[in-house]
Amino acid sequence: MSDMVLGAPSLRSPYAEFWRRFRRKPVAVVSGCVLLMLILAAIAAPWIAPFGPAAPDYDNVLAGPSWQHLCGTDTFGRDIFSRIIWGGRISLSVGFVSVALGGLVGVALGLAAGFFGGVLDSLIMRVMDVLLAFPGILLAIGVVALLGPGIDNVIYAIAVFSVPVFARLVRGSTLALKHTLYVQAARSIGVRAPLLMLRHILPGTLPSVIVYASLRVGTSILTAAALSFIGLGAPPPSPEWGTMLAEGRSYLGVADQIMLFPGLAIFVTVLAFNLLGDGLRDALDQRLR
Amino acid sequence: MFEYLIRRLAGTIPVLLAVSAIVFLFVHLLPGDPARLVAGPDASLQDIAAVRVEMGLDRPLPVQYLHYLGEIARLHLGRSIKTHQTVAELIGERFMPTLLLTVFAMLWSVTAGVAIGVLSGVKRGRWIDQAAMVVAISGVSFPGFWLGLLLIDLFSVRLRWLPTSGYGSWQHFVLPAFTLGVTVAAVMARFTRSAFVEVTAEDYVRTARAKGVPERGVVWTHTLRNALIPVITLTGLQFGFLLGGAIVVETVFAWPGLGRLLVDSVAYRDYPVIQAEIMLFSFEFVLINLIVDLLYGLVNPEIRLR
Repeated sequence: MSDMVLGAPSLRSPYAEFWRRFRRKPVAVVSGCVLLMLILAAIAAPWIAPFGPAAPDYDNVLAGPSWQHLCGTDTFGRDIFSRIIWGGRISLSVGFVSVALGGLVGVALGLAAGFFGGVLDSLIMRVMDVLLAFPGILLAIGVVALLGPGIDNVIYAIAVFSVPVFARLVRGSTLALKHTLYVQAARSIGVRAPLLMLRHILPGTLPSVIVYASLRVGTSILTAAALSFIGLGAPPPSPEWGTMLAEGRSYLGVADQIMLFPGLAIFVTVLAFNLLGDGLRDALDQRLR
Repeated sequence: MFEYLIRRLAGTIPVLLAVSAIVFLFVHLLPGDPARLVAGPDASLQDIAAVRVEMGLDRPLPVQYLHYLGEIARLHLGRSIKTHQTVAELIGERFMPTLLLTVFAMLWSVTAGVAIGVLSGVKRGRWIDQAAMVVAISGVSFPGFWLGLLLIDLFSVRLRWLPTSGYGSWQHFVLPAFTLGVTVAAVMARFTRSAFVEVTAEDYVRTARAKGVPERGVVWTHTLRNALIPVITLTGLQFGFLLGGAIVVETVFAWPGLGRLLVDSVAYRDYPVIQAEIMLFSFEFVLINLIVDLLYGLVNPEIRLR
């Protein structure tokens, strides 16, 4: 921090500098590790989950946690712990895919709007304003109403409402970077617009995009779970976390494990993404503390 | 100020028109014949033909859109496929419960959030600040529907202090309003703290300290006042978030509000109701943001000139 204030050029590469800052945030490092474990567990679900996601155990219906069933079982005696591991595949991929889709479109639009300015800028940003005029989950519900319920449509729905925020973010940075000396220099030696955008401006916008994407994956997972919970996402036999939670509603006070553990899984995952995002912001974004 | 007011009002109209155009196109984007969709699954061919004429689907799209705008202005929103009530009537019934729920949630969460944020900002770096920020980031990450179920489980099923769900007495409001407000309180606390800390670094705060203004005066007059300006904007945005959150929370608590009406309508493919609700929510959101912008112009003269 202090060397930055003095304006002395850092001798480390940007990556080393990033690591040095990031390592000093134990909370963010732990969150990153937790997420890595969750991702690995989701990938390895067929090998590490003790039971299949739909395997019933009729001798142990609505059983509380035990050594055999770590998180207990549900109405059909399905192992909740295993279902959560399988469900992680759905929740995490919804989070990543929707943010990747929304981010890609949003970054491209923001870059174009900021770089070219003029009519194109006004046009793109007015469309983004209109998208932002719909509260997020409402837009998602609208898209689901249009395309029908189901997890694929939830991904598109969530991607749609991630687009405007990425666009705004990238447009802002692009406007600032466009007038920097190195971009002007590149322009003056005749670098063409596409290369100028991709090679010289885009990398400068990435830190804030990465920070925002990390926070956004958490929000997307939360929204997807909410949509499933209200019955517009993954339909019931699916081990999607929100869907599992919804099934637990009828067993409050009788079999709390059905809603307790999937909820905990959502909470821990979203919290980890948020803490990671906060840590990344501290490490990447030099304008903020 | 007057000029600013006119300029902002004028800027809102195109957004409202665009929103209404998207909502209008919504029924046309659906696969299949809109008239058949609006008339419902068990409508006869005559019904469908009647709906087609009634909706003016035989006319060109721009004409239909203008007609639609006229209908909205007169609150002619069509009839529900499910209950055959007029949509205006349905929404009228459901409006108050959602409004009350949102207002209560907003009141407690903004008060608590700003208070926690200021406390954290003043006690920056101390344990109370760290504890508050851990609670706040947990609050942001907490699934509202899970919190709702946990609260019902504890306070209604086990302790039997409060009703599990439904609408009526003040007891019915406690759990839903609390659940709905948690995320907003957490967001407000985080934001207020960072706005507060940012202002603390300003020259005029240092000047105030240097000339010997007591700490209490520095916090209340110099820092808080200026820190609260961006907080106002965020409050407006949070209202939109609450409208969205209400959709989920109303489902958890079987609340007879607009949110649950929307969820039920989507499940039933009750398109006239969906269309009207999306329109209503978006208009509310746009208007709230307009009011916030105007308030912002009122407290910060610099904004008016931009």
